[in-house]
Amino acid sequence: MSPLNIKKSASSHSAYELRDPNAPVIETHTLAVIVENEPGVLARVIGLFTARGYNIDSLTVAEVDHSSHRSRITVVTTGTPEVIVQIKAQLARMVPVYEVHDLTVEGPSVQRELALMKVAGKGEARIEALRLAEIFRAHVVDSTLESFVFEMTGTPEKIDSFAELMRPLGLREMARTGVAALSRGV
Amino acid sequence: MTRQMTGARMVVQALKDQGVEVVFGYPGGAVLPIYDEIFQQNDIRHILVRHEQGAIHMAEGYARSTGKVGVALVTSGPGATNAVTGLTDALLDSIPLVVLTGQVPTFMIGTDAFQEADTIGITRPCTKHNWLVKDTEKLSETIHQAFHVASHGRPGPVLIDIPKDVQFATGTYTPMEKSRVSHYQPRVKGDPEAIAAMVEMMETAERPVFYTGGGVINSGVRASALLREFVAATGFPITSTLMGLGAYPASGTAWLGMLGMHGLYEANLAMHGCDLMINIGARFDDRITGRIPDFSPKSRKVHVDIDPSSINKVIRVDVGIVGDIAHVLEEALALWKSRGSRVNQAGLAKWWAQIAEWRAVKCLTYKNSASVIKPQYALERLEVLTKGMDRYITTEVGQHQMWAAQYLGFEAPNRWMTSGGLGTMGYGLPASIGVQIAHPDSLVINVAGEASWLMNMQEMGTAMQFRAPVKQFILNNERLGMVRQWQELLHGERYSQSWSESLPDFVKLAEAFGCKGIQVTDPKDLDDAIMEMIRYDGPFIFDCRVEKHENCFPMIPSGKPHNEMLLGDADTQGVISDKGAVLV
Repeated sequence: MSPLNIKKSASSHSAYELRDPNAPVIETHTLAVIVENEPGVLARVIGLFTARGYNIDSLTVAEVDHSSHRSRITVVTTGTPEVIVQIKAQLARMVPVYEVHDLTVEGPSVQRELALMKVAGKGEARIEALRLAEIFRAHVVDSTLESFVFEMTGTPEKIDSFAELMRPLGLREMARTGVAALSRGV
Repeated sequence: MTRQMTGARMVVQALKDQGVEVVFGYPGGAVLPIYDEIFQQNDIRHILVRHEQGAIHMAEGYARSTGKVGVALVTSGPGATNAVTGLTDALLDSIPLVVLTGQVPTFMIGTDAFQEADTIGITRPCTKHNWLVKDTEKLSETIHQAFHVASHGRPGPVLIDIPKDVQFATGTYTPMEKSRVSHYQPRVKGDPEAIAAMVEMMETAERPVFYTGGGVINSGVRASALLREFVAATGFPITSTLMGLGAYPASGTAWLGMLGMHGLYEANLAMHGCDLMINIGARFDDRITGRIPDFSPKSRKVHVDIDPSSINKVIRVDVGIVGDIAHVLEEALALWKSRGSRVNQAGLAKWWAQIAEWRAVKCLTYKNSASVIKPQYALERLEVLTKGMDRYITTEVGQHQMWAAQYLGFEAPNRWMTSGGLGTMGYGLPASIGVQIAHPDSLVINVAGEASWLMNMQEMGTAMQFRAPVKQFILNNERLGMVRQWQELLHGERYSQSWSESLPDFVKLAEAFGCKGIQVTDPKDLDDAIMEMIRYDGPFIFDCRVEKHENCFPMIPSGKPHNEMLLGDADTQGVISDKGAVLV
């Protein structure tokens, strides 16, 4: 006999339901993470994302200051606003992490990605590919009688649209670097 | 002062510099040079365990009961992999540990050498941080750095992997004071504006409650003292998680008892009905919150935590204060006094009257028996007979752990060692040895279930060898009691694999280890047997045969809010929905 006057079995939700059921707004954020350039630091950051179920849309890493052993990891991630805040807090508390910047909220930023695309074709398609490359300001960095390798930098969206155009014209292979980003101004 | 020495000697020197007195460990090929150095000195005591998992749990017990960093030393490969459960346990309960592992020589790494494992890769997700040291020149500084990281911010286990050639090679020893200052300096002082916001909310609250956790213990003895002062100054009721027991005394007038899945009725209903919740060093664990959308729906919430990622992780709060508990409580208390703060007397009086009604339910009441020992009764007697003694309690994991939390009272911090976050069966026996090594003259009791206890029973050898007179108080129901309870409530009483078949004779087992054992089945014999256990000078195995089908109440079933808790067997019929059954 329960002293409580509460209807039992009234609930249907999971105890692990952490997200707001009303507003699952998914946002895309670009984070710049300044880390100590030590062995395994990238594995640590990636491990955090997989272990906690966060998304990685794009990730780049390279040493940016040799003398102080700093590397910059640029991560493009998606999630609800709550998840984005968690990702930043989880990154910031890691021992080799110096700074976490959310370039999406800290003001305007420049985002660039480099892509190489191999397009094979003959005749009209080949000419059309070259013409479109000029419009998109892609450079030819390798050329045979039957193929080009185009190099282009730009926003991920620009690269996406160029790739879409190249697909019917003989796009064979593509390599992309992922996004590098800096805030605008000083 | 910089000196040339081998990497192995550096390890011992750095541990001495860090004030380490005890190392729990087990030798092997990849750590032989370090063991050679340990052999040639007398400052650091080495406790030889029987299994590396035991070493880590002992170091945890040592750390939890002293507030110091626990240290363990194990070999490469299986030595390191055996440490993984303990590391994960320490990570989830924020216990500061430095674990040293041997590794195959640097030139053999990656060749699948004998006893090679990717220790850094394996332990990366179960340590706060880890290092592979490939250069003897960097070894001493890395060890100093490791102690800093383990003990600062939210404490946790760290691991240093040391290849054998790095132990043999000679390098320059860097003393602690000459080591590079770590950039890892977590914030300890809380934001004054947030603290002021909390104090203002406390002045007007009608139904406030303090909800405290293991962070108070981790912050140090001073944090507990300040917490007591703050509770006394405000007259607010206080409850605590499993990990935080002892920060506020169980005999204190404002004490509501533990909260959570098997927490007290008054504590959980106070959490559900409060209008101001002040979370100090707890993390809104799922054992505490139950169903998230129904968790304390009408309260404003304040959360004090040293780890910024804890705030708003599970429960959105109104005020988040990132900082060390002792620092934040000191500032808050100072502000409380300087403002001449007053509480909402009328509201608080009504609130306490409501709490008194909940208390009157006497949720820990159980049906005692004259013929069978009820586990609750055994713990009540243990409490009565050991109260006031210099006592430390460890536990294994399961029903007995919850009953121990319910029926034993803790008056001081660092007296209660239990595996909370990970729920590691096999934790209690080695942890009790670690506690006893730190407190050789105190009474150390491991409240155990027979199934958990068997998981690391080899450590009785360690207890004997190092004369650690730990008392193993085993509530033996010949069942995996908590599994059995869930099978009864959720799985149609189909008791799949949840009984302990072919148990050893614990009395003979004790004799085989060279210590004393006793079996008690009659409630009348319980007191005398407990006294015999306390008085016995040496390790003791107490086989307390208890009621086999007792369930642990109160209980908030999975997927239910606080106010739908079950108080006894009669409440349990068909209350857990299919969706609740999916949860753990």
